[in-house]
Amino acid sequence: MTKPFISFQNVSVAFQQKKRTIQAVQNVSLDIDQGDIFGIVGYSGAGKSTLVRTLNLLQVPTSGKITVNGQTLFEKKDQNARPQQISAKELRLKRQKIGMIFQHFNLQNERTVFDNVLFALNHAKLKQKEKEAKVHELLELVDLTDRAKQYPSQLSGGQKQRVAIARALANDPEILISDEATSALDPKTTKQILQLLKRLNQEYGLTIVLITHEMDAVKEIANKVAVMQNGQVLEEGSTLAIFTHPQEKLTQEFIETATNEDEAIATISQSPAITALGAGQRFVRLAYSGNNTNEPLITSLYKKYEVQANILYGNVEILQGSEVGALLVVLSGDQDKQAAALANLKEQGVTVTILKEGK
Amino acid sequence: MNEWFNHTFPNVVYQGWTGDTGWWTAITQTIFMTYWAAIFGGVLGLIFGFGLVVTAKGGIAQNKVIYWCLDKIVSIFRAVPFIILLAVIAPFTKAVAGTQIGTTAALVPLSLGVFPFYARQVQVALSEVDDGIVEAAQASGATFWDIVFGVYLLEGRAELIRVSTVTLISLIGLTAMAGAIGAGGLGNMAIAYGYNRFANDVTLIATLLVLVFVLLVQVVGDFLAKHYSHK
Repeated sequence: MTKPFISFQNVSVAFQQKKRTIQAVQNVSLDIDQGDIFGIVGYSGAGKSTLVRTLNLLQVPTSGKITVNGQTLFEKKDQNARPQQISAKELRLKRQKIGMIFQHFNLQNERTVFDNVLFALNHAKLKQKEKEAKVHELLELVDLTDRAKQYPSQLSGGQKQRVAIARALANDPEILISDEATSALDPKTTKQILQLLKRLNQEYGLTIVLITHEMDAVKEIANKVAVMQNGQVLEEGSTLAIFTHPQEKLTQEFIETATNEDEAIATISQSPAITALGAGQRFVRLAYSGNNTNEPLITSLYKKYEVQANILYGNVEILQGSEVGALLVVLSGDQDKQAAALANLKEQGVTVTILKEGK
Repeated sequence: MNEWFNHTFPNVVYQGWTGDTGWWTAITQTIFMTYWAAIFGGVLGLIFGFGLVVTAKGGIAQNKVIYWCLDKIVSIFRAVPFIILLAVIAPFTKAVAGTQIGTTAALVPLSLGVFPFYARQVQVALSEVDDGIVEAAQASGATFWDIVFGVYLLEGRAELIRVSTVTLISLIGLTAMAGAIGAGGLGNMAIAYGYNRFANDVTLIATLLVLVFVLLVQVVGDFLAKHYSHK
């Protein structure tokens, strides 16, 4: 086992508000490997931002230990222990290696695009000429060369975020923290930004920590996910595992927002095919993933069991190279054969949920 | 025209242009006081204003004790009416300027009178700089001075120009009171040679000249603030 690249160990963050103590993050332990795109999802207030801001110590934890690439940035065993923290100078150097982008971009309004990126290179050990060349290179990477002399107010949201990405990459970071970076963008721009992040991950091996409340974003690029609520990690695993076998109700909720499936169920339930479901008919949800999708599911139902399946809705996605699908079907045919067919499906690893039985 | 002027504003003409009581003398005294008090008070105000912002809770160099001290000093100086401040700090003025009366001596109370006002204005102007921008700079490894000069000063520039304009105008108001300790200037002209001698024409012209100053400062300030804003 190699050591994890980023490691949070029993990290807690508490805020003192007058007489109340708010536990924003409670005893979270999380390991992130090099080259991961690690999604952290949760509703606002779940503590995901607070947790990740401890990574570059923008937020100092109340207790816990944070290591990045073998270097301990912070350690405080319990609330009363003396905190051990790297020196201010070391921290600044470390921060240069941890890029960060934000929901509201946080560009300087009074600097041009070029100068915004250049400012991040203030302490780089490069000559002025080399710095300028580097800025050009970065702007080329995010496809904004022609905007170099403009001010942020003249750019669209997506362009601003790309400037922010160029700025975050200025010091060749190993890690990029994306704090709700696509939450203020429209769906199309969101996609472009996510693709850019994915490219950076693949081409430069950049480890990305992606905080978001949009499961869509996670689905698009993350290979691992953690779901947070009330300052704790409810569930974590590979994106595929989380999407296909969510354990927690909250996780299921998030997945539904990404597939719009419950909306489809609601609409279909109102249709005549379901309201007037015939005797012996069943309205069923079939969910499958990975290998078993190669089997022609519906065809085998009919061939082997003479069970007819009328497809009302289908959704198939590719997650980390695996197919993940859900079908809403109405089954009709002999009762025993239906039962046998469903049992066979379950054997194959298909999740079967009976939504309604005909009378 | 000339004759009409001499007839309508006899006391104005009587004051003359140069000499101790002349108009030109009064104008230059007002400019002199405004200029130097703006520099001394301005630097002091900027230091205090910046100090308050960086040491405030959540600031980049949070420090309860320093914040408390700065805050109280500013509050106390702001609470003292300027006309009283002139008198109260007379010994200090004498220690600094060598004399406690005259135009140069007036610079001491003027600077001390204007700086707390300016400090508060600077504090407000800088508080408007988006915390997110400061945070982004911190996240990229910026130093304290990077953030002070590269973020606060730059991002707050337009707003700083605006509050400087307001402060400068109120400083022109203060110079009028400095006449009380023999500092001269247009304010003194309006009161001592105008009002006190029932020479209303002198008061009127002195007021008009002060208004011209204020207007000029306002116009230039507005132009610069707009020029330096890219929001």
